Amino acid sequence: MSWAFRIGALLAGLAVLAAGVGLVWLPYDTASVNIAERTLGPSLAHPLGTDHFGRDMVSMLMAGARTSIAVALVAVGIGMGAGVPLGLLAAARRGGWVDEVVMRGNDLIFAFPSLVIAILITAVFGPSAVNAILAIGIFNIPVFARVARGGALPLWTLDYVMAARVAGKNAGRISVEHILPNIANLLIVQATIQFSLGILAEAALSYVGLGAQPPTASWGRMLADAQTMIYTEPQLAILPGLAIVATVLGLNLLGDGLRDMLDPRLRRVRM
Amino acid sequence: MTVPRPFDDVPTRRPFPPPGVTASLARMWRALLNRTVSLLAALVVASVVIFGMLQAVPGDPAAFMLGLNAQPDTVAALRAELGLEGSLVARYLAWTGGMLTGDFGTSYTYRVPVAGLIADRIGVSAPLAAYALLLTLVIAVPAGLLAASRRGGVADWGVMGATQLGLAVPNFWFAMLLVLVFAVSLGWASAGGFPGWSDPVAAIGALTLPAIALALPQASILARVLRSALLDTLDADYIRTARAKGLSRRATVLRHALRNAAISVLTILGLQFSFLLAGAIIIENVFFLPGLGRLIFQGITQRDLIVVQSVTMLLVFAVIAVTFAVELAYTLADPRLRRR
Repeated sequence: MSWAFRIGALLAGLAVLAAGVGLVWLPYDTASVNIAERTLGPSLAHPLGTDHFGRDMVSMLMAGARTSIAVALVAVGIGMGAGVPLGLLAAARRGGWVDEVVMRGNDLIFAFPSLVIAILITAVFGPSAVNAILAIGIFNIPVFARVARGGALPLWTLDYVMAARVAGKNAGRISVEHILPNIANLLIVQATIQFSLGILAEAALSYVGLGAQPPTASWGRMLADAQTMIYTEPQLAILPGLAIVATVLGLNLLGDGLRDMLDPRLRRVRM
Repeated sequence: MTVPRPFDDVPTRRPFPPPGVTASLARMWRALLNRTVSLLAALVVASVVIFGMLQAVPGDPAAFMLGLNAQPDTVAALRAELGLEGSLVARYLAWTGGMLTGDFGTSYTYRVPVAGLIADRIGVSAPLAAYALLLTLVIAVPAGLLAASRRGGVADWGVMGATQLGLAVPNFWFAMLLVLVFAVSLGWASAGGFPGWSDPVAAIGALTLPAIALALPQASILARVLRSALLDTLDADYIRTARAKGLSRRATVLRHALRNAAISVLTILGLQFSFLLAGAIIIENVFFLPGLGRLIFQGITQRDLIVVQSVTMLLVFAVIAVTFAVELAYTLADPRLRRR
């Protein structure tokens, strides 16, 4: 295991742990306001201090992790759930009209500036975590379709696929039973990358007020709130940003490490 | 039986252009035609999607503008004035047709042509994106060159580590940190706002921090792409040949490797334009810059949907056009793509 993989696993693990614990328990309530305890410095009761509403920063960051990870995870799920079958179908029908339609559709979505369209989607259908998930998820679909198709195409020429065809399996069964397990590595690495991009996108959307709405805590929202107080309370702007950087960096390193571990050929070429 | 004379097999008149060239030109034209058709298709689909989405917004802009006590006939008159009457298809055609002639509709809130609003704001957004692109190149090219030429060394590790971090930093947060350091602590720059182009030095000064914030993540991506593209070309035989004929390492990298790595750099730059535009929308909010991004957000909060619709379409058009231009550039530049 490379050092990059270990650091990545540690950072990403921390974020997931914070989110997981945050699902069932938070040190303090993040929905209630306590003006008497606003913008406190670090103390035993509040290790990272409190924000401008007197909410505990540790609790806020944990709740933010919950939101970010949930949004990014479901968005990756949408991308995989729709993209992988489309990619497998396109590969199975290589050169046919299905392939053509799927790939042209992909090119079209790729041509759009994703964040602009995500802003449009959330603006039209109202800002909410669900619409942010949809907006991010839609742009994950062509990514997974492309990776799945690219991974599946060379497999279709292999002998064991030929054997499966001779044995009478149809394209659907071959895709699921023989192709999918062999492109799982590629998909896992891509999922890690899309996961980290999803966290960045969620942060950007909630920063401009188009993501999760108060009282749901989110890192982007915390940064937006902190911006007006940057002269007096800079720590409020620094902590959520560090949380984002640590999570995204962790996932990126994890993705790189996984790619190297799962495909030693890539490591030789790149380093 | 005729005896072949010397030079009989040499054609007296050679076809011009030679057959191979004609075929390759034909392939190139076909590729260009293909790309143009997909460009137009992308634009049509984009306009339908954007138009369709904004039709799905609940509520009547005219009624919204006039408030609760509006008379029905005033609302109807305003609807007609804003071009909200007629079938979906008619309104779509009116909108797209208008845009082709530079008419982007009339703002619901300001009652002025949207084209005028865009013209004011583009003077901020376009220079910002260009400035950021320039900084991206200025940072990424030396960093990529350094990392590739010191492969595995300290400089390589430094560049790779810094770019790994650069990829993970959200640009709007980096922008806030820049404000914190350079505006709040050091007082070197203003924390936001835009003085206008009447004072170019102040204007460029106001765009500097935003451009740096935008450029950092993009430069990280580009430096990594350039490094791996250079490493790939440095393994090629012609590089060994160049070194063998006595060319210095430096000259080999600059003259041969960099030129070949330029294709992947160009591709990524084209893709990055889209991120720069989207990033600019968000960065403009950090620095309170009156650009297209602010215009979109104002449009959203004021339910000025025609502004949102037209500005989004303009941004999408810019991205699709740049992608097209990049593809065109290397269809023309790369003989291998022509032959395909």
